[in-house]
Amino acid sequence: MSPISNQRASGSDPFSRPVEEVAVSVRDLVTHYGDRKILKDISLAVRAGEILVIMGGSGSGKTTLLNHLLGLLQPTSGSIRILGQDINAIAKRDLSRLRQKIGVAFQGGALFSSMTVGENIMLPLREHTDLAVSTMEIMARLKLEVVDLAGFENLMPAELSGGMIKRAAFARAIIMDPKILFCDEPSAGLDPVVAAAIDELILRLRDAMGMSVVVVTHELESAFKIADRICVLDRGTILAIDTVENIRRSDNERIQDLLNRRIERTELDPEEYLRRLTEGGT
Amino acid sequence: MTPVIQRIERIGQATTSGVQELGHAAMLFLESLFWVAFGRLHRQPVRLSAIIRQAMEIGITALPIILVMNGTIGMMLAIQGIYTLRTFGAEQQVVFGVAFSVVREFAPLITGILVAGRSGSSLAARLGTMKINQEIDALTVMGIDPTRFLVAPALIASLVMVPLMTFMAMGIAMLGAGFYVQIDLGMSLPAFFDESFRILRVNDLAHGLGKSGLFALEIVLVGVVNGASVTGGAEGVGRLTTRSVVQAISAIIVTDMIFAFILTR
Repeated sequence: MSPISNQRASGSDPFSRPVEEVAVSVRDLVTHYGDRKILKDISLAVRAGEILVIMGGSGSGKTTLLNHLLGLLQPTSGSIRILGQDINAIAKRDLSRLRQKIGVAFQGGALFSSMTVGENIMLPLREHTDLAVSTMEIMARLKLEVVDLAGFENLMPAELSGGMIKRAAFARAIIMDPKILFCDEPSAGLDPVVAAAIDELILRLRDAMGMSVVVVTHELESAFKIADRICVLDRGTILAIDTVENIRRSDNERIQDLLNRRIERTELDPEEYLRRLTEGGT
Repeated sequence: MTPVIQRIERIGQATTSGVQELGHAAMLFLESLFWVAFGRLHRQPVRLSAIIRQAMEIGITALPIILVMNGTIGMMLAIQGIYTLRTFGAEQQVVFGVAFSVVREFAPLITGILVAGRSGSSLAARLGTMKINQEIDALTVMGIDPTRFLVAPALIASLVMVPLMTFMAMGIAMLGAGFYVQIDLGMSLPAFFDESFRILRVNDLAHGLGKSGLFALEIVLVGVVNGASVTGGAEGVGRLTTRSVVQAISAIIVTDMIFAFILTR
């Protein structure tokens, strides 16, 4: 059973909880690409030890939100606190230290192609600790064992399959024993069996290491399997943040469209259609 | 919008983007200096192993082609010099032309252009590929500064290796010229080199090596700025790699002209 019951997950306002219980909090986040508003007043919180799945269709803003959570983009307004620290307000040096407490598994793995799998996994240790090489090698092998990739440390990323690359990326993401793990589309592009194994891995890592996990995905099956709570994004706004059961039962039409893979039909204004044809734009 | 306004707008956008790129290059240079000077204080040193790896890539593996090309250029200068001076019956003075041209001009220029075409493009392509594969984002979120990890080692390696290779290129170009002068004019190699050393001053050497240091800086910064601006997958990497080579070679030639204008007149 998940360490956080659904009852707790759907509980009271997360912003009123003690700092140590909130791993990530986002308040009134607004961001633009040029003149286009991409995220509109996003507020959410990820509690310590929970798995929050951020779900939404293409163009819903979920990847942009993740990039903001990782501090890769600067918001127009609003604040993001990771482990109690505002990542857009702290000094660069403190941000670098804070980042040692988070792990990220990117969609394509983002393994360094010029390094072996073992070197990839050891990189954060090599850069942030004074451990002996032999100790780092042992730790890397240990993490490879955790992700079921024992014995693959001397291979190059190009020699791995898609699922193995994702596992190696998880091993690198957890090498510093992070408090929060972010995963971008962990099961995208994988066959159903491998995707299910990745889902199991995420659950196992959370249970074994007690970390909070934020997963961005559009895979419904995967989201329902691993989530304590699901945040549904649509066109830059949050439609709902709730437990899996409540999301399934939601009477919000857009959420049901997403869950049942229905194409959204919008009435087209003839004048607007004419303007688009003659002047271009969206 | 009228075509004239559209054109003005495009010129404005290109100017803004050019100024932005210059600013980006300047920031990368300053950040690299910061990491070299204070990296250890921040527990993020610029690692010697990374510098050596870059030095191997920029310098050692490029050495054969640089030496062959400079030897050929030296020989070509001797051929042309003797042909021109023969008109005045002054072909024995070819050593003057060859020594100054090679040390002050051709060795730094040819070495710079070859390094730009070979290592500058490779740097742009590598960084561009890393960007589209999110490897640079991965470094950032691991708390590893990409400038410290990727740019500073390449910059230091380039600043050491390009002048070093230019120095070797000067020697090999002079040797190439000396061989031809020996064949055509019957001047022995030791006599050719004695005459060259008598003519050349330390200033000439400093002129050539100083210039090559600037070229090194330009090659790396142009490569990095282009690599970091890649968008649009493999096609984007190809486009920006080509752009990087063209820009680096153009920058080298313009710098060379400015250098010559300021220090030669």
